Amino acid sequence: MNTEGIITEGAHTAHAHDSAGGHHGHEHHEPHFIWKWIFSQDHKIIGKQFLVTGIIWAIIGALFSVLFRFQLGFPDTTFPIMEKLLGEWAKGGKLSPEFYYALVTMHGTILVFFVLTAGLSGTFANILIPLQVGARDMASPFMNMLSYWFFFGASVLMMISLFVETGPASGGWTTYPPLSALKEASLGSGVGMDLWLMGMSLFVISSLLGGLNYISTVLNMRTKGMTMTRLPLTIWALLFTAVLGVLSFPVLFSGVVLLIFDRNFGTSFYLSEIFIGGKALPHIGGSAILYQHLFWFLGHPEVYIIMLPGMGMASEILATHSRKPIFGYFAMVISMVGITVLAFVVWAHHMFVTGMSPFLGSIFVLLTLLIAVPSAVKVFNWLTTIWRGNLRFNPPMLFALGFVSLFISGGLTGIFLGNSALDIHLHDTYFVIAHFHIVMGVSAFFGMFAGVYHWFPKMFGRFMNNTLGYIHFFVTFVGAYLIFWPMHYEGIAGMPRRYYDYSAWESFKQFQSINGFISIVALVVFLVQLLFVFNFFVSIWRGRKMTTLNPWGSTTLEWTTPIRPGHGNWEGEIPEVHRWPYDYKDDGNGNDFIPQTTPLRPGEESH
Amino acid sequence: MSGFILISLIILVFVVIYQIGKASEYAAVLRGEKKVNAQANRAIAYVLVATFLLGMWGVWKCHMYFKDMLLPVAACPTGREYDSMFTVTTMVTGIVFLLTQATLFWFCFKYQDSGKRSSFFFAHSNKLEVIWTTIPAIAMAILVAIGIRNWFKVTSEAPAEATVVEIVGKQFNWLVRYPGKDNELGKRDFRKINDANNVLGLDWNDPHNADDIIAQNGEMHVVVGKPVKLVIGSRDVIHDVGLPHFRMKMDAVPGITTTLWFTPTITSDSMKIITKNPNFVYEIACDQLCGKGHYAMRGTIIVETQEAYDKWMAAQQPYAVGNNPNMPAAPVAADSAAAPAAGSEKISMK
Repeated sequence: MNTEGIITEGAHTAHAHDSAGGHHGHEHHEPHFIWKWIFSQDHKIIGKQFLVTGIIWAIIGALFSVLFRFQLGFPDTTFPIMEKLLGEWAKGGKLSPEFYYALVTMHGTILVFFVLTAGLSGTFANILIPLQVGARDMASPFMNMLSYWFFFGASVLMMISLFVETGPASGGWTTYPPLSALKEASLGSGVGMDLWLMGMSLFVISSLLGGLNYISTVLNMRTKGMTMTRLPLTIWALLFTAVLGVLSFPVLFSGVVLLIFDRNFGTSFYLSEIFIGGKALPHIGGSAILYQHLFWFLGHPEVYIIMLPGMGMASEILATHSRKPIFGYFAMVISMVGITVLAFVVWAHHMFVTGMSPFLGSIFVLLTLLIAVPSAVKVFNWLTTIWRGNLRFNPPMLFALGFVSLFISGGLTGIFLGNSALDIHLHDTYFVIAHFHIVMGVSAFFGMFAGVYHWFPKMFGRFMNNTLGYIHFFVTFVGAYLIFWPMHYEGIAGMPRRYYDYSAWESFKQFQSINGFISIVALVVFLVQLLFVFNFFVSIWRGRKMTTLNPWGSTTLEWTTPIRPGHGNWEGEIPEVHRWPYDYKDDGNGNDFIPQTTPLRPGEESH
Repeated sequence: MSGFILISLIILVFVVIYQIGKASEYAAVLRGEKKVNAQANRAIAYVLVATFLLGMWGVWKCHMYFKDMLLPVAACPTGREYDSMFTVTTMVTGIVFLLTQATLFWFCFKYQDSGKRSSFFFAHSNKLEVIWTTIPAIAMAILVAIGIRNWFKVTSEAPAEATVVEIVGKQFNWLVRYPGKDNELGKRDFRKINDANNVLGLDWNDPHNADDIIAQNGEMHVVVGKPVKLVIGSRDVIHDVGLPHFRMKMDAVPGITTTLWFTPTITSDSMKIITKNPNFVYEIACDQLCGKGHYAMRGTIIVETQEAYDKWMAAQQPYAVGNNPNMPAAPVAADSAAAPAAGSEKISMK
């Protein structure tokens, strides 16, 4: 598409903006291309910026996993194409161990933070919060714009770190010191690590700017009649996500700053009694465990920062496409409160075998397994939601169903790992890899995919192609299980994670052929994700056009806006809300849903 | 060039698939969207059920594939308790897994939109919520109870008669120290470390160090049936003493001493018979990413009878011999002390 095309289209949407302008007092002139598309303060554009940036990162992060899976699957084979792509790092077509670890580290960092945090809540909090609560924009559109640009800055630093001579950070996405603190300990602990730390600092700022905005928008900018108990579950989920982020990301920030000090200014927060590179270091009295506490105080809530948006979107999508109210709305909200509160008091279950006091460990066992209760409530409520519904299997619905299946599978293995007496053997094995990839990797991705397919018409006024959606769903769903199910067994056999090659190990070398199988499935699944990306971008311009305002027959407010809403969202007054968002019942005119904007009928009780 | 061809090929395939998808969209419009959607919905409901059934078959096949590749019987009492707790947890979660997944896919099939029914407006039920809050809570309470009992057992203080062995991680191998005849590990100080003649930084002013024995090849000898207490340390970054055959592990953290104890009950030789693998060896796997050689940071444990252990121990020489400058080295001893040091070089990375 050429620039002129965009401006013409921009002018078209700006028209809607103008008529809305009278209501919210923004400037009336046509914004310049840069202000409209790049430094935009429109929450919908910012959401799309997060989404597209997230997609680019997801491709890079997933490609990394394919590369290192090929080392794992075929340690004796050389792949000349790798040398072409990676040069020195893959001399002779074989990854070097240093770069293998760099790929593993960056795969984790990119997917956890840049895709499943910024790309997921950045996208959907931005697009959905104002549209679903009935606001013209975020509480502070300017801060919202800054949030994206800090994220962009973080992305630039992280991207640069991929190209420095000593390679990017390679101490794992958790970057435990002393490995990450000492340049002598590993190549990736050089400049790459400094860039990682600076990138993450900017990322935290971005996350805070976004999160504060999301919270204040949900609390203060709801339209008339939109009480908290009439909020769609997506908004509740995004609100709790933002609360988690705002309260825990600063702790990661402090951990990162102390690490920067230890690396560059000779402090000893994390370092003590170390002999490395042929000499004893002067550091004494620090604690390597301190970093782990600070890291996981964010790191665990982070898991729920990743999961909650998916939970909210799956709830909304399951209800809509089952043509049935979400079952147990209040139980859903209360269970999310439970998850949010518990998320702050379970972090040390990542540290059972660090030498932490066993008594403290037992407290964390109890608190951790408590999380199973609200999680189970959610699962049973989703199952009851589809019970006796009218299920329409379009791609968003399939991905929401897949989300539930994967959430069950991945959640149940958490019961093993949260119990320290079982974790003592399973810790840092492939069982952990299988667990968290299913539950917060694939499952969260399914929530995200469901959201993208469901709200794509709202974002771009067109639909994504269904056939490609079906291929995408079934290959990814089956592929995810094929990849991660066998890993549970490898973990039970004690196979450690983050190994470059197992062939020298008498206890683990028998898994070579299954590792090869997993790698091939991973490649296939990766190619199908590219197909999704292709479908996404082509459908923006070529997809089937949306002809009605509310294609899914949904009750929520975003479907009352014009097909291509301008900045300000509604052309006239913001509609008033009269009922809760899940009135999927006969409206008396042959429809099976009643929008939130429809006043209660005489004698009808509000939910 | 080949890269470009590959990428163009992938894009071409995508375009073709997209065009097919697009064509089916147009065909749907021609044939009546409603009818086509209903057909697609029914087809997908069947595919979902098929996916579930194939999945269950796959779960079974996967289990049979791995059955004989897993770890042999646990080689210590806490390990056997571990295995039984693992079985209990697997059964509890397995039942929940089967029931919920089967329900999910069954509902998908049963309640597919057929155009004949209208959905049932069922928004909440306190009774149901109470049921499925209470049952998981009780199940969790049971699992926590079993877990905490085992946890306190496995992390308890080692018995007084336990043999003490120190194991210290460094990039990228394990150093094992035995207390020698006095049964006491001498003091060490990281500032006294040097790779030539004091790998653990033993303080030669401490008389307990005079008889300490250090093995630099990562091989640890323990006696069957006798509790052994590992005193775990690290010279540089965090490592982890992973003992899959004993179902336990513990981090090795610089600046901190951690411990782990167990009573090996099966000798290495018996395990060779149990596993029918003449090459069987108890392995110590580093389980905490420690740098480029992490994957090769391998140690071994030889579980043997008291006689074999005593015989092996008698052949060892204290590390002080030839390394402690205050203790004149016997010419023969210097040679044998240097030999294991050279052996350890093989483990370090190229």
